This record gives sequence, structure tokens and C-alpha cells, in this order.
Amino acid sequence: MLLQLKNLHIAIKGKEIIHGLNLDVKAGEVHAIMGPNGSGKSTLALAVAGKEGYDVTSGEIIYNGQVINDMPPEERARIGIFLGFQYPVEIPGVSLTNFMRTAINEIREFRGLPPMSAKEFLEKMEEKKQLVEIQTKLTNRSVNEGFSGGEKKKNEIFQMAMLEPTLAVLDETDSGLDIDALRIVANGVNMLKRPDSAAVVITHYQRLLEYIVPDYVHVLYNGSIVKSGGKELAVELEEKGYEWIKKEINA
Amino acid sequence: MKANVQNGSFKEKLQQLFTAHEILISRNDTPYVSKVRYQGYGKFNELGFPTRKNESWKNTDLSDVLSLDYTKYLERDEISGDIDSLFACDVHNFETDQVSFLNGWHMRTSGQLKKMPGGVIAGSLAVAMQKYPELIERHYARYANPGSDLFEAMNTAFAQDGLFIYVPDDIAVEKPVQMISIINHTENLLLQNRNLIILGKNSRLTLVMCDDSTNQNASFNNSVTEVFMDDGAQLDHYKLQNLNNISTLLNTTYFHLESESRLNTYALTLNGGLIRNNARVKLNGRGSDANVYGLYLMDRKQHVDNRVFIEHAVPDCTSNELFKGILDDEASAVFNGHILVQRDAQRTNAYQKNRNILLTDKAAVNTRPFLEIYADDVKCSHGATVGQLDNEALFYIRSRGICLASARLLLMYAFAAEVIGKMTLEPLQERIDEMVKQRLRGELHICQNCVLHCANQDKEIHFDIDLSKI
Repeated sequence: MLLQLKNLHIAIKGKEIIHGLNLDVKAGEVHAIMGPNGSGKSTLALAVAGKEGYDVTSGEIIYNGQVINDMPPEERARIGIFLGFQYPVEIPGVSLTNFMRTAINEIREFRGLPPMSAKEFLEKMEEKKQLVEIQTKLTNRSVNEGFSGGEKKKNEIFQMAMLEPTLAVLDETDSGLDIDALRIVANGVNMLKRPDSAAVVITHYQRLLEYIVPDYVHVLYNGSIVKSGGKELAVELEEKGYEWIKKEINA
Repeated sequence: MKANVQNGSFKEKLQQLFTAHEILISRNDTPYVSKVRYQGYGKFNELGFPTRKNESWKNTDLSDVLSLDYTKYLERDEISGDIDSLFACDVHNFETDQVSFLNGWHMRTSGQLKKMPGGVIAGSLAVAMQKYPELIERHYARYANPGSDLFEAMNTAFAQDGLFIYVPDDIAVEKPVQMISIINHTENLLLQNRNLIILGKNSRLTLVMCDDSTNQNASFNNSVTEVFMDDGAQLDHYKLQNLNNISTLLNTTYFHLESESRLNTYALTLNGGLIRNNARVKLNGRGSDANVYGLYLMDRKQHVDNRVFIEHAVPDCTSNELFKGILDDEASAVFNGHILVQRDAQRTNAYQKNRNILLTDKAAVNTRPFLEIYADDVKCSHGATVGQLDNEALFYIRSRGICLASARLLLMYAFAAEVIGKMTLEPLQERIDEMVKQRLRGELHICQNCVLHCANQDKEIHFDIDLSKI
């Protein structure tokens, strides 16, 4: 099992947002987590990535058999967890190239590997840029600074391509994308699939799932998974809306 | 000849010093300079040393500094030891004409007053007073205003030497001129440099002024610089301050800009006990532009006080201020930005920004913008922020596998880089970039680094940015 969330409770400033959530993700799988606004989707994603202030009050996050509840975010990244941000942060003054090079070399150091040579690094950049159809000028600019919404999201997938994670958690990567950008982002994710890796795709709409076909779809509502199914569940949700689920739960 | 500044109040000590040695102090004076000196001394007698009750010293406390005993050298100190190595230069792609000062006195080794191609003159002010009295009379003490400031009056009364530069009309000085002022003494030194920079019409100069200390003795440098820029002149001016933690540097620079002239000035404070940078810019000719930048990186109990006064005296001028600082431990900073737009100065553009990052609860910043506008067709803006490192950005960086310490450095460096990015001289920009990284990593030692000389002369300097190390 790659990722196991066991009876997970998450609180922010003492207020519980996720109430006893269970999820099993195996290598090779794509899971979609859907749900109305405010259901706790982003909270779950940020807690898995290790954001401070997202406290696991009980239960466990288990990655490759290891409980990582208290692991700092950089270590989670180094063992293969990647979070694609819903709102990527602008970092003026740090070029994307330097940012990625620093990240890759810190990860390599952690794994006992020598730093990547400049040549190898640049070749890799070139290759991965093409994967997400990212413009060269973006990599020389400061991270996300002045990027359009679409560029920011493509940049998340570009970083994912560079870091080659084992578990990718993509938090509303489709929000704010036009259809072309959506296709590029989805393509990127599909190309990066490996037999040993898995993706958890968080989305509000079914649109993205036409491109990234999930093995499982889960509906998150009020901090719990209230329904799970195959990809057809996403279609049903799109047709009937979330009211249908809410009624079912509240009934 | 040296004299000790002891007994009685700081002011009394200096008065005794002046009375006892006035002939020696004014030895190089022309009649004009002598007149100015005695006017300065008169003002010095009238004014009291400021305390924190004075509005402009409210957040900078001089009481400790003024309680120390200092020695003032009234003549050039006898030099021994390997002087050249103190001023040695080893920066690739960065050649300068050096004018070196040791303990406040111009070094004879670099030639008293160099005549360079195109009639450019650079060297000791004391010598220039004798050789070019008409230039001195036209510009010396014409822009400074000792009337209201005790330290300027004190400098005017006591100054004996400093940097003199004259660039004739239409001359672009190719190599940057670099003033290296090093304090290296076993006693607590009191220095009072006076610098005069004259740029002719359409001339161009890059000037780098480095203040370094090489040991851990206290010093008090009270320096005044006057810069005159005639029509169309361009000056890039860098101040690099890397002094020990018990040194005090008060420096006031007057920039007088005639029409279509353009100034870029950068104050970089990397280390120092108490530093006050006072930049006073007068935009006196139409179409002149001034960019005034500052970067300060302080820790321990270091204190830096940046004051900028920009006077828009005529129409169609632009001024831009950007000051950024990072404060660690119990360090403190002050920023005072005063923009004065006179009644006739229509179509003025004046912008001011001061941004600060506090790394601890005990670090402190006092920032105060002050806009005084009498014209009606004016674009002015100001903004001041004090904050911490951005937690969202820290998490974003860490989520890519970069450790907390590196993420913090990355953000601090990125914060500082905005100011470094404004620098126009590329080799110097790279060197400063490197120094800032070293400073942020805590690897910059005041005894080893000035912008031009390096700890290990055999060691090659690499300018490649390797963020994995910062």
C-alpha cells in the first residue's frame, strides 16, 4: 500500500475539519476526491503534504508503511510525496531554474546521491518543459511571479515532472484553467504515471476526469468520505450535482 | 601628532582639542576653507549633542558612543607593516582606480592626487585644497548645511582629509573609482572625513566607497560627502559598509543635481555597530533623476538608521527610493524618508518604498515616510512594510524537498535581490550578490572582506549562483 489514511482527524486551530477519514491508495492507481466547497478537500491535501497548523489530532497518515504524521514537509517531499498547489505561491527573486536545482539536489543528497551535473539538469529541464508546453522564458523568471493562472498550474505539473514523485496529490489543479491548459495539465499527469506511482486528484468538477481517468472516485462531504465508486460516480455527480449527495446523507 | 579626546563631556573634549591644535588642524586650509571651518566651529559651539529627545535622533541612541574615549590623529599616522595587502584587490573583471584611506588619512602609496586620462583628478582632499583652490572654493561646503546639524558642523570644523574627485565636462570615467577606508588601530579612533566629488557637464562616473574595519576596536567616523552633478552628469554611487560591532559611522552625503543629470546611489550595510546614512538629494535642474537605494542586513545588537531627504526644487524631476532590510536577533533599524516638493516643481514623480523583515521578536524597525508637497501636478507614493518571512512561501519551498534553513535563506536572499538587481555595474553586482549570500549564511567576517579584497588571494571567486549552498 502506497498511502493509507486511517481514521484520520485533522484540526486547524483546534477546529476539526476532517473527521475520521479512511483511504487506501495502491501504486498504479488514480484516485479522485470530489466534493462541494468547504468539505475539507484542500485541508486533506495540505495535511498529507505536512503543512504546519494542520494538526493530525488522531489517526494516521501512512506512506509506504511508515507513519508520517509528524514528518516535516521537506522530508515528505524527499521520500516521494508531491503536492500540486491550488494557489501556487509567488517567490520574487528566486528563478524557477535555481529553485528546481536546489530542490533536486537536496532530494538527491537525502537519498545519498551526488548533485546533478549542470548539463544533466538542463537537459532534464528541457525535456520536462516540453511535456507541459511551458515557455523557456518562464524558467528564467522568478517562481510564479506574474504568471497567469494557467501558467502557474502548468508550472506545478512541470515541477512534478522534475521531481518525479511517487505520490502526487493535485489540489484543484484544474481550477481557473481554459480547455487548452486543462488538456496540457492532464496530459502531463498521464505521461508521468508509472507503475510504482499513484495520484490523488482533488477536483470540484468532473471536467478534469475526462482527461485523467480515475480508478476510484470518492466524495468528501463535511470532512468524511461519504461515497466511493468507480469513474461513473463522477459522471453521476456532474449530472445530479452535490445536492443529491447532501440529501442522501442528511436523510 | 595625535590627541586624546578625554576628560569632560564629549563636546568639551573636542573643544579642548580644537583650541590646542587649531593651527595643525587648519594647516592645509585656503582662506576660504579656513573661513568655512571657523563658521563650522562656531556652529559646533552653539549646538548641543543630540539626545533621544531630538526628533531626528529619537530612535538612535548615541549615549554609549559618546561616552567612550577616542584618539584623533591630526597628522598622518606612521605606517608600518604590510599596507598593500590590506588594500589588495582580487576581484575578477572588476578593476578600479583605488584611492585608499587608512584611519582617516589618504594613503601616500596610491599617489597623493592622481591625474587620470581626460583631466580627471582623484585623491586627497587635503592636497587638492592646495593645488586647486578655485575648484574647492566653488564647491566645498556649498551643498552641505551645517547650520542645523551638530555632526556636520563638527565635521566642517575638524575635517582635514578625504576623497576629492573632479571629472571635467564630457568625460566618461571608464574605470570605477574606489575609495577604500579602512580602520585598523589599537586605539579607539575618531575620524572625520570630508569628501568632495565634482562632476562636470555630461560626465560620467562610477564611485564605490567601502568602509571596513579590520579589528575589533571601537571607532567613530563622522563623515560628510558633497557631490555636485552638473547638467547631464551621471553618477553610480555605491556605499559598502562592513564594520565591526563596536564601530560607529555617521555619514551624510549631499547630492546636488543640475538639469538632466542622473544619480543612482546604493547604501549597503552588511555589518556595523551603529550606522547612520543620511542622503540629502537636491533636484535642482529640470529633468534630473535620482534613484536612492538601500539594503541592510543586521544582527546581534547592530543598529542602522537610514535617512533620505529629497528636495524637488524644479519641475519635471523623478526620484525613487527603495530601502529593504532584514533584522535578526536584537538588531534595530530606522528609516526616515522625507520628500519635499516645492511649489514650482510641477510634474514631479516621487516614489518611496521601505520594506523590512524581522526574524525575531526582539528585532525592531521604526519606519516613517514624510511627504511635504506644495505643487499640485505631482505623482507621489510611499509604502512601508514590516513583516516576517512569508509562511506560505516557506511551506511551498519546503514542499519541494528544500529544508527549512535553506528555504529561509532562499527567501531572505530573494528579498534582498530586488535591491541588488537595481545595480548597474555587473561585476560589482555579482560581487555584492556574493557578499550578501555570505552575509546571510553568516560567513562574512568583517576582518576578511571588503568588496575588493578577499580573504584568500589564491582562491578563485565563483560568481555562479549555487542556491544549494545558501
